[in-house]
Amino acid sequence: MAPKGPNDWLSQDQLAPIRVQFFQECVEHLAELESGLTGLDHGDLDPETINTVFRAAHSIKGGAGIFGLDALVRFAHDMETVLAALRSGQIQPDGPALKALLRAADVLSDLVGAARDGSAVDPGRITAATGELAGLLGDPGGNAGVDEDDLDLDIDFTPVAIDLDEIGPAEAPRTHWRLAFRPLAELYASANDPLMLFGELARLGDLSVRLDETATPFLQDLNPADPHLSWTLDLHTASDETAIREVFEFVERDCELQITARPPAPAAPEAATPPPPPEPSPLAARASLAAAPPPTTPTIAPPAQAPTIRVDLERVDRLIDLVSELVIGEATLAERASALSGTASAQLFVAVDDLRRLTRDIQESVMAIRAQPVKSLFQRMSRLVREVEAQTGKQVRLITEGDETEVDRAVIERLTDPLTHMIRNSIDHGLESARGRVEAGKPVQGTVRLSASHRAGRIVIEVADDGAGIDRERVRAIAAERGLINTADNLGDDEIDNLIFEPGFSTMEQASDLSGRGVGMDVVRRSVQALGGRISLSSRAGEGTTFSLSLPLTLAVMDGMLVNVSGQCLVIPLTALLESVKPEPADVRRLGAHAEVIAIRGLHVPLIDLGAALNYRQRPASAGQGVALLVEDDAGERIALIVDEIVEQRQVVIKSLETNYRALRGVAAATILGDGRVALIVDVNAIIAAQKVRRPSPDRQVAHA
Amino acid sequence: MLDLARSGHADAGAAPRELITFRAAGQDFCVDATIVKEVRAWTPATLLPDSPDYVRGAINLRGTILPIVDLAARLELTQTQPTARHVIIVIWDGGRQIGLLVDAVCDILQAPQSAVQPRPNLPSETVESLIAALVTVGDRMVGLLNPANVLPAVAEEAA
Repeated sequence: MAPKGPNDWLSQDQLAPIRVQFFQECVEHLAELESGLTGLDHGDLDPETINTVFRAAHSIKGGAGIFGLDALVRFAHDMETVLAALRSGQIQPDGPALKALLRAADVLSDLVGAARDGSAVDPGRITAATGELAGLLGDPGGNAGVDEDDLDLDIDFTPVAIDLDEIGPAEAPRTHWRLAFRPLAELYASANDPLMLFGELARLGDLSVRLDETATPFLQDLNPADPHLSWTLDLHTASDETAIREVFEFVERDCELQITARPPAPAAPEAATPPPPPEPSPLAARASLAAAPPPTTPTIAPPAQAPTIRVDLERVDRLIDLVSELVIGEATLAERASALSGTASAQLFVAVDDLRRLTRDIQESVMAIRAQPVKSLFQRMSRLVREVEAQTGKQVRLITEGDETEVDRAVIERLTDPLTHMIRNSIDHGLESARGRVEAGKPVQGTVRLSASHRAGRIVIEVADDGAGIDRERVRAIAAERGLINTADNLGDDEIDNLIFEPGFSTMEQASDLSGRGVGMDVVRRSVQALGGRISLSSRAGEGTTFSLSLPLTLAVMDGMLVNVSGQCLVIPLTALLESVKPEPADVRRLGAHAEVIAIRGLHVPLIDLGAALNYRQRPASAGQGVALLVEDDAGERIALIVDEIVEQRQVVIKSLETNYRALRGVAAATILGDGRVALIVDVNAIIAAQKVRRPSPDRQVAHA
Repeated sequence: MLDLARSGHADAGAAPRELITFRAAGQDFCVDATIVKEVRAWTPATLLPDSPDYVRGAINLRGTILPIVDLAARLELTQTQPTARHVIIVIWDGGRQIGLLVDAVCDILQAPQSAVQPRPNLPSETVESLIAALVTVGDRMVGLLNPANVLPAVAEEAA
């Protein structure tokens, strides 16, 4: 609020948590800024949207002022000036203006990050963005850019800075405003002081303040944390209501505020503006405000929102860890109970079953706490799109759908990198150049659609572009050149498309600044698989390409099939498991020296001994022993895994091997069984991929082509 | 943490170092007592594929997965045949917890800084990387382990 903030009367220790909170709130403000501007860009006409955007910039500025973050204050102020002009209709919310504002929001976001981490932002970027903002205000015609804000900052571009104190009544008639102001407890709790607000108001004009302390209870009834005071303020000023409201912008949600215009005093000079309406009764005040001429619709009550609390993430993570332990404890109990016999054990069994249900419910409820909408992730992508637009010179419109779809925070965090790469890929490789699009009869602006939805207990995220689709001839040629396929191979469209996920494949001959960086779609697929997810794509020539990610909703638990192999207990993820069969010797055929195939429902699939694949045993179990599990990888490729026996199906808690060790080939993660032993979770994708690599013949055979 | 010997010399005259000594394949080794989290009896470990021989598997340490390194095998001495009398020393290597499979824990030593001597050059690079310094106690010589190099180096492609 005031440039001299609580630094003066708070110690560094006291300031530190407020600072942390400020940066947390900045993240929220930046998100509001971004989504509001994006909304406006997409034709959102709700005036409240621009108010929200304005408030977000203003709040960042106010907080930054408290901590003396001058660069941030200055830039937020510049943005705010433009937003004020947008709000008052001086600037049209058209495409170029909003694009410029969105770019400025990116710079603002970087400035916030820099202020938090003590780093610096490239001054060139700030200057460029400031210049762009100034360009928006570049109306030389007059008082268009009146700076209503009174923060003492030097702004090098605001066209006309009017010193309000020097404006005589003859130039701008003064209005008598009456303000009814009652702070709520939250206002004091967030370290705001009515006195400072009054000080700000006093700078706008002549202020008289009356305190109403009649609501204060007797001492024995007094709760010192409850606010009891309210004020009536009379302000004679040339400023309009917006300027007054701005003083309260920072505390708007934490107080009750009514602003009413009073009739001009008889001595006032002839009003140039139509006379204000007669003083309304306090009850009617809001109605008259709504009808007031400024384009803003003042909101006094905070928007209806489900009450929320802010919880330290560590606490939630700790709770999730504990629930995981509970799941293991429940498994232990179930195992002990099953070892008993007699009627007592039957009763125990029922009780354990109830416990299992309860545990699952708790598990799900706790996971729901950590679940977050993908909105924050999607918003980061819209910034990315703007950057890639600038780098490629392509025009891109990002459409997001299902922003509110929720998924475990841990999944969101680990999705950022793969999604970033996919979006880059879609713009860089998927969309044609502007000329190419015109020639194809498409609008110059390409579209990338990013959507999220829940499907069958998983979250599905799609990245779809309306580009040219995958150039299969080219993919084929490159794959052949890189030795991924033989030129003579007869490949279906799907198989060609999936070649782009192969390690060592990159369609750009010269690694471009964007999709290059030595990172290919194979890395994307690997990181998605590391999350227990699948990635697939479909492409139509001339119409575009859609990548589809399917991910578990949580990384904490999964459903798996417990199996025994060579005395080791392993878990096969249920998502990869199609069916289990007891192989008849007649169904198993040898193929060459090493390979075996098994016929399952008329289809021959490779038969792999899981014990041998994981090097638990050298000699594979001979055919006809054990159980064959038909499993499928992300690309839909199937193999049959031989295991010694199936134990049971159950929910397992996913434990990282990387915490204390490292990732292992063929192993997705580990879990802890009811008896306290560690069991490994099999990475079906990796097992299938390893079989491909190990193919002895140089002729790459194509499975069921 | 990397160069225990040098850091030892740097604050010579400071309090003596508390070391926990243990025996593997007939030789004595030690680590700083501060990095030892607990000592537990051997329990069969789950085999880990794609790992060197000296990684004997993983066990459950109160909900986390603990890799077990056979110290004798790690030092290219011999492959331990673990029994219930063997022990696992849980140490913190600066970023991870590791279980060291050893024959037995011997004692706790108070070694003055003067007793800690830099490691001489050794014929084996593996052993060099694992022994940070030598500690002389009476007529005993104990190798001070460098915990950071106990687990295999991560040679995975960075993704």
